[in-house]
Amino acid sequence: MTTTLSMPAPGPQGLDIATLERLSAQARRHVLESVFTAGAGHIGGPLSATDILVHLYFNELNIDPANPRWEDRDRFILSKGHSSIGLYSVMAMRGYFPVSQLATFDAVDSLLQGHPCMKTLPGIDMSTGSLGQGLSPGLGMALAARKLDKTFHTWVMLGDGEIQEGQIWEACFVAGRYDVDNLTAILDYNGLPQFGWPDPNGYTREEKYDRPAEKFRAFGWHTVECDGHDHASIAAAIAAAKSTKGRPTCIIAHTIKGKGVSFMEGDFNWHAKSPTTDELAAAIDELTGDDDVEKAA
Amino acid sequence: MIELLDLTLANAPTEAPRDAWGNALCDLGDRHTNLVVLDGDLANSTKADTFAKCHPDRFYEMGIAEQNLIGVAAGMASCGFVPWVSTFAAFLAKRALDQIRVVVAQPGLNVKLCGGYTGILTGKTGKTHQSVEDIAVFRAMPGVVTIAPADGNELRAAMTAMMADERPTYLRLTRDPSPVVFPSDYAFTIGESVLLRNGSDIGLISTGVQTIRTLEAADLLAAEGIQAAVLHVPTLKPLDIEGILAIAERTNAIITAEDHSIIGGLGSAVAEVLAEHRPTRMRRVGWQDTFGESGPNDALLKKYGLTAGHVCDAARAMLN
Ligand SMILES: Cc1ncc(C[n+]2csc(CCOP(=O)(O)OP(=O)(O)O)c2C)c(N)n1
Repeated sequence: MTTTLSMPAPGPQGLDIATLERLSAQARRHVLESVFTAGAGHIGGPLSATDILVHLYFNELNIDPANPRWEDRDRFILSKGHSSIGLYSVMAMRGYFPVSQLATFDAVDSLLQGHPCMKTLPGIDMSTGSLGQGLSPGLGMALAARKLDKTFHTWVMLGDGEIQEGQIWEACFVAGRYDVDNLTAILDYNGLPQFGWPDPNGYTREEKYDRPAEKFRAFGWHTVECDGHDHASIAAAIAAAKSTKGRPTCIIAHTIKGKGVSFMEGDFNWHAKSPTTDELAAAIDELTGDDDVEKAA
Repeated sequence: MIELLDLTLANAPTEAPRDAWGNALCDLGDRHTNLVVLDGDLANSTKADTFAKCHPDRFYEMGIAEQNLIGVAAGMASCGFVPWVSTFAAFLAKRALDQIRVVVAQPGLNVKLCGGYTGILTGKTGKTHQSVEDIAVFRAMPGVVTIAPADGNELRAAMTAMMADERPTYLRLTRDPSPVVFPSDYAFTIGESVLLRNGSDIGLISTGVQTIRTLEAADLLAAEGIQAAVLHVPTLKPLDIEGILAIAERTNAIITAEDHSIIGGLGSAVAEVLAEHRPTRMRRVGWQDTFGESGPNDALLKKYGLTAGHVCDAARAMLN
């Protein structure tokens, strides 16, 4: 395997699925190591989003890490900004900044703030962190692209807890009215927010209350479902989104909070907390074992 | 500090600031092709409809969804447009406040936030639509320039200055016709206050359209032999600290006047400056920590203590 770690070449990289999976495992490892080093941070959401982020940054987005403000780049907004370390890990691997810089996550003067800040870190297309706000700027970018006659596409990743926010539905309504097809939302549908709705069966959301695809369709959106941990399934959903004309698409990506580490999966307690030394070692063992992509490169 | 000592209220024509705003926006749009206007379903009230008529391709209706309105503007600004966002200040400064904080102020995006219907004169809409705390809100928000012009001419000049400036800016607008005293060729400088009357008995410091009523007060006081200095402070942030101190130095007695709460607005800003640099006796004319109500303009100004007479009363009380 000839995976090189810093991959700063512009444009989609056309990587095969095995390589994408290896990069995903490495990105998850970075998430855990960075949160461990910082002594704080989110884990469940970043691990849930990792495969989608890797897929977008390596195989889909038309970007140039050496020129993060390139006008024609595709835009990506991590509306669920608390998953910042997932995004930072993937951006580092994609060549936006050195992987070693991940050790500064959450530190004073770091470019890698707790929540993504476009003023601080080149390559962040919109500041986020207050949930529910990312889809609207995405709509603004899509309208701007249309007005400027540019072909770039705007992607916005949402959390399923996040879409409880009313502003999401404001944006959905207006996006529907403007028939934007250069805007795609991706719902990281892991079913667990931070604390959730207490009930006798635990904290998993009940399906009957929660049919996100129907809600998006009611606002005139096209929807497509995928397995958010399967790169082939993600690729198919992305293709379906981009070939849909005259309306925006929401990809409902079925995911697992804490994906990739058995003792973190599906447990809301891992929403945000730092692993112990032993937990980190066990998690790395499950994720990559000895296959450290950076050292191999 | 700019000096404009010969402005007079006598025979001043009147103009509604919202009309001036709509027309000026059209002219700016002619000169700047990256200017877009985003409306929250109020274009016929705010007069954004004037822009919608002259530049329909750059007018974006965002519906009754103020939080999304701000976010869309931020996205467009990040792509090089200069969005002028318009709704009533009551909704802009409060309902969409977190959005302004996170996607406009924190990234420092060049969005022009135009808050219509500020102060007490809101066409009989009452307390839900009167914005009494918008200056306090934006003054406290890091990085947001805050401007409250006195009349249509100053407003037009301020808008030209805003377009030449890349900072996020809050523009405080009012609804009803009021006298136009600034010259039509006036050049606005963000952060500069304007000395409108020289005098050493007392210093009247005011902002926004309240400055017109303050000028009227200065003329009434002059007739009684009290020579008041009048300092108009159209930029609440960044504040012209030197200008305020110069008036305090000259008069040793300060009255602030604003169509806004005395908490957090111009009165608070001046008090902070004086307390820190030059303790000076002062009184604050403005809304006394209260919400308003609907009613005819004259009755409201009277009940809520905003007339020229109220400014005079405060001055006399301080001098006695
Ligand atoms: C407006 C706002 N309210 C609350 C929070 C605190 N918060 C951070 S993450 C989170 C849960 C998010 O759940 P979800 O969107 O499902 O994200 P994921 O499960 O993928 O982490 C909450 C409530 C916030 N960041 N912003």
